[in-house]
Amino acid sequence: MSVSEVYETMDYGVAPESAADALAWLVDQGSRFGHFIDGAFTEPRDDFESRDPANGTVLANLTQATQAEVDIAVSAARKAQPKWAKLTGHERARYLYAIARLLQKHSRLFAVLETLDNGKPIREARDVDIPLAQRHFYYHAGMAQLMESELPDAQALGVCGQIIPWNFPLLMLAWKVAPALAMGNTVVLKPAEYTSLTALMFADICQQAGLPKGVVNIVTGDGAVGQMIVNADVDKIAFTGSTAVGRRIREETAGSGKALTLELGGKSPYIVFDDADLDSAVEGLVDAIWFNQGQVCCAGSRLLVHEPVADRFYAKLRARMGKLRVGNPLDKSIDVGALVDPVQVQRVTDMVASNSAGDMFTAGDIPDSGCFYPPTLITGLHPADTLMQEEIFGPVLVATTFRTPDEAVAIANNTRYGLAATIWSENINLALDIAPKLVAGVVWINGTNMLDAAAGFGGLRESGFGREGGWEGLAAYTKPKGDPKPLKTPAPMTGKNSPADGIDRTAKLYIGGKQARPDGGQSAPIFGKSGSLLGHISLAGRKDVRNAVEAAHAAKGWSKTTGHLRAQILYYIAENLAARGTEFAGRLDAMQGGKSGAKEVATSIDRLFTYAAWADKYDGQVHGVPIRGAAFAMKEPVGVIGAICPDDAPLLGLISCMAPAIAMGNRVILAASTPFPLSATDFVQVLETSDVPAGVVNILTGPHPDLAETLARHMDVDAVWSFGAGPLSPLIEKGSAQNLKRTWVNNGNARDWHGKDGQGHAFLQATTEVKNIWIPYGE
Amino acid sequence: MSTHVTTQTDIAQSQLPQVTEPRNPGMPLDMDWVRSVQVNTSAVERRAASLPARRSVKKDHQAAWLLRAITCIDLTTLSGDDTARRVHRLCAKARQPVAPHLMKALGMEPVTVGAVCVYHEMIAPAKAALAGTNIPIAAVSTGFPAGLTPLELRIKEIEMSVAAGAEEIDIVISRRHVLSGDWQALYDEMRAFRAACGDAHVKAILATGELGSLRNVARASLVCMMAGADFIKTSTGKETVNATLPVTLVMIRAIRDYFDRTGIRIGYKPAGGISKAKDALTYLAMIKEELGDRWLRPDLFRFGASSLLGDIERQLEHHVTGSYSASYRHAIS
Repeated sequence: MSVSEVYETMDYGVAPESAADALAWLVDQGSRFGHFIDGAFTEPRDDFESRDPANGTVLANLTQATQAEVDIAVSAARKAQPKWAKLTGHERARYLYAIARLLQKHSRLFAVLETLDNGKPIREARDVDIPLAQRHFYYHAGMAQLMESELPDAQALGVCGQIIPWNFPLLMLAWKVAPALAMGNTVVLKPAEYTSLTALMFADICQQAGLPKGVVNIVTGDGAVGQMIVNADVDKIAFTGSTAVGRRIREETAGSGKALTLELGGKSPYIVFDDADLDSAVEGLVDAIWFNQGQVCCAGSRLLVHEPVADRFYAKLRARMGKLRVGNPLDKSIDVGALVDPVQVQRVTDMVASNSAGDMFTAGDIPDSGCFYPPTLITGLHPADTLMQEEIFGPVLVATTFRTPDEAVAIANNTRYGLAATIWSENINLALDIAPKLVAGVVWINGTNMLDAAAGFGGLRESGFGREGGWEGLAAYTKPKGDPKPLKTPAPMTGKNSPADGIDRTAKLYIGGKQARPDGGQSAPIFGKSGSLLGHISLAGRKDVRNAVEAAHAAKGWSKTTGHLRAQILYYIAENLAARGTEFAGRLDAMQGGKSGAKEVATSIDRLFTYAAWADKYDGQVHGVPIRGAAFAMKEPVGVIGAICPDDAPLLGLISCMAPAIAMGNRVILAASTPFPLSATDFVQVLETSDVPAGVVNILTGPHPDLAETLARHMDVDAVWSFGAGPLSPLIEKGSAQNLKRTWVNNGNARDWHGKDGQGHAFLQATTEVKNIWIPYGE
Repeated sequence: MSTHVTTQTDIAQSQLPQVTEPRNPGMPLDMDWVRSVQVNTSAVERRAASLPARRSVKKDHQAAWLLRAITCIDLTTLSGDDTARRVHRLCAKARQPVAPHLMKALGMEPVTVGAVCVYHEMIAPAKAALAGTNIPIAAVSTGFPAGLTPLELRIKEIEMSVAAGAEEIDIVISRRHVLSGDWQALYDEMRAFRAACGDAHVKAILATGELGSLRNVARASLVCMMAGADFIKTSTGKETVNATLPVTLVMIRAIRDYFDRTGIRIGYKPAGGISKAKDALTYLAMIKEELGDRWLRPDLFRFGASSLLGDIERQLEHHVTGSYSASYRHAIS
């Protein structure tokens, strides 16, 4: 077109970013890549191709890792790890800083290569992916520097297996590698098979930075390689990807003792109230669902609009969609690029085709060839429609309406996921009231998809667990110092089957504030050290667990009480326990023998005081994120926690599980010590006299494996802990895969309940979830 | 490329494609609408900040867009030392904003700027200098820039300027009506100004830098449109903060809402602080994105600018020659 023609049409024309340098880099590497293991590239093979999804061009040939190669990579990481961890934090910080600088220096090259490999618009690769990846290395260089002074009790986990997705290839690498390295871990990372190239370019950067060999290892290949890493001799698996694969990893690592963090799918609600700046909320949706072609785990993919403004909002949204430009990802004026692979286009196409509900609107001319899918809006859907529940992972927005704030929350939370949520309202009271009510790890107010290394990112429910970024993210790459010792299991006492004073004493279960007989009606005798019958306990079964979970949910008001009130109740429990201290000490000695009962009671009272103290002091943070505004890292209770209490320390162990949980606002179901359960059942009377609301604490007695299994598989339990004996850890971790509840298990290791390991930050972290609420402000 | 001798008539015919738009008749003050307006500053700033990165106009397209920008310039002089001859010089530049050899190299017919913008006293010299063209004369009015002279005088000033030949009147609103929330007073004032303008188009200058918040900008925009403004304009150029992208976004979204409700297209004029060709491209892209192509014409969009043209000329010469240009190579206004 001539100047005079464009003068009339006022078209944009094309503005392509040059791919020459990135393509030249590929050619320099022979357009073939092996793995990056132990500081060097392995001999490449032509096992599979990496293609540009916008036009199908083959970019390079890649190597599918074999078991032997994965093993070599893991042993290289294993060999390098002690020395890497032994470096001072400052020395590791220098390496991370060097990597950050190199990423910055080569940022254009990385951005173009990312766009070629993934299909995302160059603007996004250039302005979002690559700068954020740099930011994570800069941020975590700082964390390495501060580790010794700020985390004196933490040490590296060891070797971390990291499996990342194709939607943000380099950024997800940075999210995984930077904190791992900062904390002294070494890594074996597998990029997604569609998008390995920037990871391989990153390997080049590691060489340039002089990173010690074996600290970062990158193996390429498909899910089979991922599975090899999961099953390899690693100390931790960090996975970002689909919920289905995450669930499988949870099952496969169950009982292995490997630490696990999962960042999985989402169907994040995007809530627009009638007092919102509607035009800005429409624009926000461009960032929410058309950013990266909607291939974003935290995409605001479920639009909830307040009824009074719904029609107007939809009209504005459709008009805005008409302005989206879909096409060549390398064009600087393109809003929506290519999906990553024909498989994904087909998947999205099939999902949308399977839906006949609502009104569908598509916008934008898409190119005739390449992996393109038009921006799509489907209004008039309802929670019962499949597309309102299933993650589409494409540029498809589904929408429904709500009448009241309460209804918005109800619809928003009507999902198996819990990754992110967005609220649009100009009313600060409304926005800040809704944010804590949403089941999500991240909440954005009047904005969306805001991300930064300083603020933790991660989800609830089936969106996975663990946080990446911020102080809260370091927990995923550290463990307490010290070597675990195997748990010694105390055996139950035996004796003759008649009560000493002729009175039958059968302790009941404690469910919903009432002493309840077990559903199965069964009981078992408990003998003392001397062989005398101390009483009977009820044997809780499946239905008793169910009832306890129901009771715990009914006590949801506890989570809304103030820390001050919870502290008062914990002090009151301590006071009432102290009043009966002699009796409890006597019971402990009678059950276990010896004379340590008094000490255990004293420590139990101390522990109750500890968590009464923490109840109103375990503060959240305000993260320094690069916006005019703040990201509030709020600590929220996990919800309903099932805890298998230790067999040893029958009173102190139970209290050490209960007190932090209820101090932070959780409701608990406690399975008492198997051999010595009577201190727990005695403790019911203390609870009953201490103003503990019904259902906040529920105590069950009976065989741990049955209770653990039922709790772990219960869909309405948010976390299960085990400090019990026997092979409970694999049982719980495997069962937890059902709804991906959080687990905290002892892997057969002992814990000194009387010492510093018996209380503290590990417990507080396990009883809370960090929710980052982003609040940009300004008038 | 045209080879015939260019005449004044040709210029007149080839310039503004004056697509007839119905004039804004205004509407009763709708306070429910005014009060329901919400503007989230951070979100507006994000959109304004990301737009230049989202849209890039290169090569021939860029040249064409810059030429379009020229036709939308209200070439302005609003100085205390303006003289008749200084205004003549400005008008000469308005008639031939780009050197003919550059226009020829670009394959373009001649263009003119959108209008010439002066104080009342300079209308007569401008009118003389622009005779034979269809470049309209815009006069700033109503006690510009503060707008604090007596109302009767402000109205009289409009009438005198219209009588003197101004076809466009740039009025300034009373900022105090916005700041004190007296929307009825603002509406009445605007109504009176509009009536005084008669057939002359009226641009309402909001002086956005003095309105305190973007929400006030949005509300003032709506009230002025309801009261019959043909254009809404950001600034006098004399405030500390003049045209900005966030303010533009808020005002053009108000224009869009007004169009959606009434079917009437209101024009937009950012003024003050736009001096770079690149800025002009960003403004045009924002208009194209938020309002649509129809608004990329001088009957609905103007830049209030004095030095923008010079930078555009340098970019155009760079486009033609491939070498970076110098300002002395282009005629000053």
